[in-house]
Amino acid sequence: MSSSPEAARRAAARPAEVGGAAVLSAQVAVPGADAASGADGSGAGVAWAVGAPIADIRAPGGPIETRWDRRRFEARLVNPANRRRLTVIVVGTGLAGASAAATLGEAGYRVKSYCFQDSPRRAHSIAAQGGINAAKNYRNDGDSVHRLFYDTVKGGDFRSRESNVHRLAQVSVEIIDQCVAQGVPFAREYGGLLDNRSFGGAQVSRTFYARGQTGQQLLLGAYQALERQVAAGTVQAFTRHEMLDLVVADGRARGIVVRDLVTGEVSVETADAVVLATGGYGNVFFLSTNAKGCNVTATWRAHRRGALFANPCFTQIHPTCIPQSGPHQSKLTLMSESLRNDGRVWVPLRAGDGRAPGDIPEAERDYYLERVYPAFGNLVPRDIASRAAKNVCDEGRGVGPGGLGVYLDFADAIARLGRPAVEERYGNLFEMYQRITGEDPYEVPMRIYPAVHYTMGGLWVDYDLRSTIPGLFVIGEANFSDHGANRLGASALMQGLADGYFVLPNTINDYLAGGPFPALDAANPAVSSALSDVTGRISRLLSVDGDRTVDSFHRELGRIMWEHCGMERTDAGLRKAVGEIRSLREEFWSRVRVPSSGAGLNQSLERAGRVADFLELAELMCVDALHRTESCGGHFRAESQTPDGEALRDDERFSYVAAWEWTGGVPVLHREPLEFEYVTPSQRSYK
Amino acid sequence: MNLTLRIWRQAGPDVRGRMVAYQVTGVSPDMSFLEVLDMLNERLTLEGADPVAFDHDCREGICGACGVVVNGVPHGPQKATTTCQLHMRHFRDGDTIDVEPWRARAFPVVKDLVVDRGALDRVIQAGGYVSAPTGSAPDAHALPVPKADADAAFEAATCIGCGACVAACPNGSAMLFTAAKVTHLGLLPQGQPERQSRVLDMVAAQDEAGFGGCTNTGECTAVCPKGIPLETIGQLNRDYLQASRRPARSRS
Repeated sequence: MSSSPEAARRAAARPAEVGGAAVLSAQVAVPGADAASGADGSGAGVAWAVGAPIADIRAPGGPIETRWDRRRFEARLVNPANRRRLTVIVVGTGLAGASAAATLGEAGYRVKSYCFQDSPRRAHSIAAQGGINAAKNYRNDGDSVHRLFYDTVKGGDFRSRESNVHRLAQVSVEIIDQCVAQGVPFAREYGGLLDNRSFGGAQVSRTFYARGQTGQQLLLGAYQALERQVAAGTVQAFTRHEMLDLVVADGRARGIVVRDLVTGEVSVETADAVVLATGGYGNVFFLSTNAKGCNVTATWRAHRRGALFANPCFTQIHPTCIPQSGPHQSKLTLMSESLRNDGRVWVPLRAGDGRAPGDIPEAERDYYLERVYPAFGNLVPRDIASRAAKNVCDEGRGVGPGGLGVYLDFADAIARLGRPAVEERYGNLFEMYQRITGEDPYEVPMRIYPAVHYTMGGLWVDYDLRSTIPGLFVIGEANFSDHGANRLGASALMQGLADGYFVLPNTINDYLAGGPFPALDAANPAVSSALSDVTGRISRLLSVDGDRTVDSFHRELGRIMWEHCGMERTDAGLRKAVGEIRSLREEFWSRVRVPSSGAGLNQSLERAGRVADFLELAELMCVDALHRTESCGGHFRAESQTPDGEALRDDERFSYVAAWEWTGGVPVLHREPLEFEYVTPSQRSYK
Repeated sequence: MNLTLRIWRQAGPDVRGRMVAYQVTGVSPDMSFLEVLDMLNERLTLEGADPVAFDHDCREGICGACGVVVNGVPHGPQKATTTCQLHMRHFRDGDTIDVEPWRARAFPVVKDLVVDRGALDRVIQAGGYVSAPTGSAPDAHALPVPKADADAAFEAATCIGCGACVAACPNGSAMLFTAAKVTHLGLLPQGQPERQSRVLDMVAAQDEAGFGGCTNTGECTAVCPKGIPLETIGQLNRDYLQASRRPARSRS
């Protein structure tokens, strides 16, 4: 068991967290000295209150290398015979959800798996292109668990927890073994061993890949493992089912309210624990690289039921996406970061240079990433590459329609390696680019521009991946835990699978050892009120019968967010955004038109519910961005930059996780201080 | 561009459907096919009509959710391209375009262009996996795999499970889908222990799910957005024959 200083540390931390969110509300302080409130130009007041700090009481102290081993040893177990009596709901079937459901099924729990798509295999992890990191050091290039840990903490701009990140780096090694055993066809060399490539933010080659379809291959591995458990009877799969609320009874997460998207039936499903693996909320921007169906509803509803939402303003803008072609655009398409291994980013030296790229001589091109960041060159982390692209476009040197684009040029790579080698590495990406733009990237340089891609923020979880609601676990992109203020490339797949295959299946036992919990019947007020909340909301959406479509609201919200809460944020802009979001939300509830009825398949109704939640989340994102007056990672506050325009952190005031509590009114901030024992926070330099 | 879309409208699984013509104007050649449907749906919503239901998600050709029959061809006229990646620059102003759902006995229509493809999941459940419970894996480099095998396995594994092959097949067979998985796992050393039971059980599940038999017509591979080659079916047949000649190895 824990040593005595350890026990003391935990005891000291406990009062702040015990009892979860219910107690937190009682501790809400009146707006403190550092709780800003005030009016913006348009008169809308933006306020928040500061509550008690929060602590991660389940993270073991002591040497970081053995923390995960010790936590696994200290966590309670459930014997195999008892597992059959325990039910776990897993919502979402991406890398985290599918791998967790499969692994819990293998362990013998009764698992219910839900997804809104028509098959678990379609979750958006399928679209991840570039690769997955693992500290295998197969290249003998100086990699190690410690280096992956270090790179990830630094890459996240020192806004993540050391304990979590170190565990992630440790587990990364097992993920590759597991996936290979499942038959994931990773790229290999002629000797039959696995190939690697490099990704941004690292000087070693530790990224494993399957051409430009790594996410697809990893997800199919997890999906197949999931279907194997469906056949074995341990997992029940519910497709075309959407979670619309969380059931919290006696302070514990005990189930979900789901709508069968085909029949329209709304029901409550109960369990001993609920796992959310529902991905990120990038679609709050309308245009993003996320799939059209990606949404925040599951996590937002859990937030409204008491789960704290951490760092909502930490969003990742990916530097290499295909630029928007017109106002009809329904989504943006990513071009994998791996392209920056061989492609060179440039713009014309002179503003307003309208010549075709081939007519611009070498001397009149500015390979700005190589110039400004000679050490990392084209492989600087995503936040830095995105901001650099924005800067050159702001200077009027952007290319393509509207000047919102930069070149990603493969001419050198084709000359150096030959076209077949380039085709082998990136063939499918080049094809995709050509289909969308009608241009051939083997002949003319690609045009790329940053786009919203990933959200580092998410529901707050402790070391066990438990949210502040007992019995509610959150894994993958849906939680906030591992990437700080900026995620490194090829780390999302790593985190999703780490959480699903290895972390959650070990930590959830500790909670389930306290079960089974008493059965909940339909008459239980927690069940009936959650159910009537959902059905009431659906009727409200259908009854507005206004004169604007759901998409028109979503597009408008996206424009507000991109303008004010995107690549660069300012105090004035964020205050303005909050005002605009509030009036848009009001307008939504008085003017939205959702055709048809709630009985049966109604895709407009599905979208309306998701947009209604985005309209609430958007405000919290802006409040979070407003309160964090420092710049860090993907969060760039114009007021806080170094003389050469890099993000300027303020560790003194902001070295914490901002975990927000829903009150229905003014949101309440709970701070979790970040301590760095192994990596000393420094000004990130990739120069 | 101005177009006429004739779209299959069917309110539910047990209701008779019919083709309904819609005029759409102001279509940009840079739009994707699904963006034209989006545009039409915006208009229908404001007119008080029921928008056209269609499946879609990633809109970058990898999730396999989308897929409609465009002028009689699953995913439309562009080779190796999903419906979401089909752009209007491949059509001409004034065209009339027929839009229908996948049609196959194993894929009942849910609504309009949306069908139920759950049968494909059931085929995978029957054996489309390697039994490797989490935690049981040896080091990834314990077993080298010849590059050619790994590459060929990858090619087969790129199947997105959209079901276009079934929609294109005159028999409504899912053979290309099943063969892609049998080939992917059968080419890798990790897939060997279950190779025989896999092929027998997946083929049986396919029959049970209501898919037709394969007569090597080849329409499947012609419409496959990932270009899964017909040879995979040859591979499946070899494996099936070999497995059938031995004492029963099916698990079921």
